Amino acid sequence: MTALTKEETEALIAEVLEVYPEKAKKDRAKHLAVNDQSIEQSKKCITSNRKSLPGVMTIRGCAYAGSKGVVWGPIKDMIHISHGPVGCGQYSRAGRRNYYVGMTGVNTYGTMNFTSDFQEKDIVFGGDKKLAKLIGEIEGLFPLNKRISVQSECPIGLIGDDIEAVSKKAAAEFNKPVVPVRCEGFRGVSQSLGHHIANDAVRDWVFERNGKDVTTAFVPGPYDVSIIGDYNIGGDAWSSRILLEEMGLRVVAQWSGDGTLEEIELTPKVKLNLIHCYRSMNYIARHMEEKYAIPWLEYNFFGPTKIAESLRAIAAHFDDKIKAGAEAVIAKYQPMVDAVIAKYRARLEGKRVMLYVGGLRPRHVIGSYEDLGMEVVGTGYEFGHGDDYDRTVKEMGNATLLYDDVTGFEFEEFVKRVKPDLIGSGIKEKYIFQKMGVPFRQMHSWDYSGPYHGYDGFAIFARDMDMTINNPCWKKMEAPWLKKPEAVEELAKAA
Amino acid sequence: MANIMIRRGSTGEYVFYLPKRDLEDTITSMEFDTPEKWGGEIKLNNGGAYFIDPQPAPERLPYSVRAKRLDAAE
Repeated sequence: MTALTKEETEALIAEVLEVYPEKAKKDRAKHLAVNDQSIEQSKKCITSNRKSLPGVMTIRGCAYAGSKGVVWGPIKDMIHISHGPVGCGQYSRAGRRNYYVGMTGVNTYGTMNFTSDFQEKDIVFGGDKKLAKLIGEIEGLFPLNKRISVQSECPIGLIGDDIEAVSKKAAAEFNKPVVPVRCEGFRGVSQSLGHHIANDAVRDWVFERNGKDVTTAFVPGPYDVSIIGDYNIGGDAWSSRILLEEMGLRVVAQWSGDGTLEEIELTPKVKLNLIHCYRSMNYIARHMEEKYAIPWLEYNFFGPTKIAESLRAIAAHFDDKIKAGAEAVIAKYQPMVDAVIAKYRARLEGKRVMLYVGGLRPRHVIGSYEDLGMEVVGTGYEFGHGDDYDRTVKEMGNATLLYDDVTGFEFEEFVKRVKPDLIGSGIKEKYIFQKMGVPFRQMHSWDYSGPYHGYDGFAIFARDMDMTINNPCWKKMEAPWLKKPEAVEELAKAA
Repeated sequence: MANIMIRRGSTGEYVFYLPKRDLEDTITSMEFDTPEKWGGEIKLNNGGAYFIDPQPAPERLPYSVRAKRLDAAE
């Protein structure tokens, strides 16, 4: 099927909006748009970061998910208490596959769930005592933890527990900072505010202690950088880190996938902050730029074209040695990239993809698909803001679909009409689309595969896309007794 | 009044950032831009306008400052 024209796409949006009541239609119309590369400011065509409409199926998370699940959770040598009822922590436990090295339960705690397990009496009488007791138990059972963070769930804010006071008292008792994070789920319209709250907590509690900057004996070098906003999903940060190290840089900190607290404390000493997930960690990068005069740079390690572009952009901040290093890295991996493209491009050429993911992938992975000869025909963010769409408009082709906080209904209707060869979205969408007979990749945690970052990741990415799109099961969607007679005859002949 | 951050863009222009609304835009004009007197009315690329109390120019950017909204684009 050929690509839709601008008019056809507009007609499609109008048709999908038809079922809504008048008021809902007016609201949703602002969130759906046809891409036009000539637009400089995305907000002229699309509205984002607004409260979801009551009654629709939205795919968003909450502020607690943004803080505990995304930003704080992967810091492996800290214990993060999910303060509140047991479910929030338990159902999100280890789901993001933030890989790390260490002995879980001894010096790292990434996949464990610590919760205060609120009961009725804690709601009625307050949970402060329970929290204080819990911190004491943690100190007894896991003495190697570097620090404790208290991640609030909804009831904490609703009943007004004073977690700051408990944290302060516990910090004095155990001589170890305890970080209270006010990331109650009801705050904000999506997980995006949770990222912001978590970034602010890092600023106030990790960089500073008692109002003073943390001092360390670390000796800064001329080529120090930090990887910010890479959560090491399936090992992503590792496959990014080796490229930076090969070109001669020293990676001081990983934020926060496979990251430790000490690394994070050292970050104000680096020369350049490299941001992968702009949405979740730009706040802290902006803070470091102002306070410590560290420039920051957004980069993209999806697909060889973007990797080469990013490596050169990073090298431009350093001297000739690093610039030569970047070229050497690009040259070194070129044969591998050529082999991957030679193997898979013929099988994937011209396939069309629709994406609907979180904060950076709707625009970052476009390069990866294009390197394989595929085309992204629709993209959208769960919780992106205006600045994300500003950056997306340039990456996407003209007359492609943009959808913000798309509802379950809209997404299905778009897919029925656009008929993409592949959809990349989350687990909640996966089985709906697979049952509709459309190949699907879960692009939040790489469908239990990965890494997809870096040159090594690109090879895995290409293999996975081929494995999904060209899987023989998609030809078996029709029951044999419902097949047209000609098809059955052909089958008989073949047998 | 809103807290804003002003920084230099890649081509040396001033970039306006309003954290609360995640609004990032280039500044097309600033009323006073000398080392002694800096600020005043600033105009954004999106058509919005803000006012910063005129003050000596900050020693280094980025710089956070309180600004008054005169005319928002939205």
